[in-house]
Amino acid sequence: MTEPKSSHIYTVSHLTREIKTILEDRFSFVWITGEISNYAAPASGHSYFSLKDANAVVNCVMFKNQKRSLKFALENGLNIFGLARLTLYEPRGNYQLIFEHVEPEGAGALQKAFEQLKKKLGDEGLFDAVHKQVLPYLPDKISVITSGTGAAVRDIIHIAQRRFPNCCLQIVPVAVQGDPALNEIVCAIEAVNQQRSSDVIILARGGGALEDLAAFNSEIVARAIFASNIPVVTGIGHETDSTIADFAADVRAPTPSAAAELVLPEKKQLVRLITDLHFSLSTAITQKLAYFHQKVDDLHSRLKSPVQVVATAKQTVETHFLRMQHALDRQIFHGTEKLSWISQTLLGAAPQLQPRTRQVADLYNHLAITMKTCIFENKHQVRQAATTLTALDPTAVLKRGYSIARTLPDKKVILDADAVAVQDRVEIILSKGRIQTRVEKKIHGKDNI
Amino acid sequence: MAKTTFETALKQLEGIVKEMESGALPLEQALKKYETGIEKVQYCMQILDSTEKKITQLTRGLDGSLGETPFDNE
Repeated sequence: MTEPKSSHIYTVSHLTREIKTILEDRFSFVWITGEISNYAAPASGHSYFSLKDANAVVNCVMFKNQKRSLKFALENGLNIFGLARLTLYEPRGNYQLIFEHVEPEGAGALQKAFEQLKKKLGDEGLFDAVHKQVLPYLPDKISVITSGTGAAVRDIIHIAQRRFPNCCLQIVPVAVQGDPALNEIVCAIEAVNQQRSSDVIILARGGGALEDLAAFNSEIVARAIFASNIPVVTGIGHETDSTIADFAADVRAPTPSAAAELVLPEKKQLVRLITDLHFSLSTAITQKLAYFHQKVDDLHSRLKSPVQVVATAKQTVETHFLRMQHALDRQIFHGTEKLSWISQTLLGAAPQLQPRTRQVADLYNHLAITMKTCIFENKHQVRQAATTLTALDPTAVLKRGYSIARTLPDKKVILDADAVAVQDRVEIILSKGRIQTRVEKKIHGKDNI
Repeated sequence: MAKTTFETALKQLEGIVKEMESGALPLEQALKKYETGIEKVQYCMQILDSTEKKITQLTRGLDGSLGETPFDNE
């Protein structure tokens, strides 16, 4: 074996990169058709799957951004065709298709027809919002145009009865696929309009392939829906299906069940709503009445009868009277108190008369006694004196023969002979009578007799 | 038609309740509104309960005339 030249030895990366370049140059964009298998959609939002046919398989991916424009869900077993870039994922050495655009296989022509019809009718204004009729709030009777045997009719009946147990449904069985479907659906819509006993129409069909929905993508059905005087609600296929009928309908529901839910309000909720309103009404009137009651009561209590006015006035007068009386009483009390205080003070200051009176009385008594004694003594003295006097009485002396000589006219008692001169007149007082004489001679000396 | 009157009655009822809850009504009007409201309540409840449960099938006779027959749900 010869040694390979080093220039011919590829590294894995190098080889892979070269293959990648070749692949991506040769198949930059390819249209490809096949069946989906090993479908996986992790949380990233990207879709990973394999595309296979009878003999081969290729890894595929469709990124979240591209998936946004999908009008259907990718799933195992689904035949698709689409536009993809071929690329090589170096870390794994895998080549894979990155899809830019995917359509269900066979839909291409139909899709094109669909878009054309949609544009045509749209341009005519069949889908305009102004033509949309308002659904009745609570329909009396609902006409259901659908297959008489499919799951759709059972779902609708079930939902309707659950939401509004005594609802009135009219089933109009029609073929929903195949050629007769178109005509039957149109006739059914017309018949319901002719009968005019329903106030809303549900046009429904269970899910199916795009080909199966052909009747609902037809122009005559769209026109019949548009012409209906009774509002039409469509519930066709799965949520992802959009048909021309949906665009023409007054309201589009994603599924037959949803259509039934849309058309019929829930009776329980209505009953609750009305019960609540009833309650609110009662509460409101009760509150109102209570308010006015209170108001009347309040005003009544504030309305004064004359009796009350008089009573109040009386009370006021009485109060004032009492206050006046109290004030007066208080003043008198204070006055009395003051007076008594002053008088007590005065009494305290007054001289003590009693002992003085007694002293006076004592002195008086003493005086009286002293006086009496004095008088008595004097009387006694007088009596003694009188006795003495009597003893000394000159008359008595005279009676015993003595006489009293007195000068005349001086009437001086002559006790000494020298007191008189000869010839002087002398009066001699005798015991009885008096003699007037003249001095004839005087004898001097001490001896008289 | 009953459907319109149900909705109308319900709207009137809601209006009456709103008006009464605003509290601006004089008593006489409030009482009158209350009476009307109660009538609406009774009317609405009657409508809700009156409809007879019925599932029919629309048929067309040979002469083209329309008829209704009971629908066999099963």
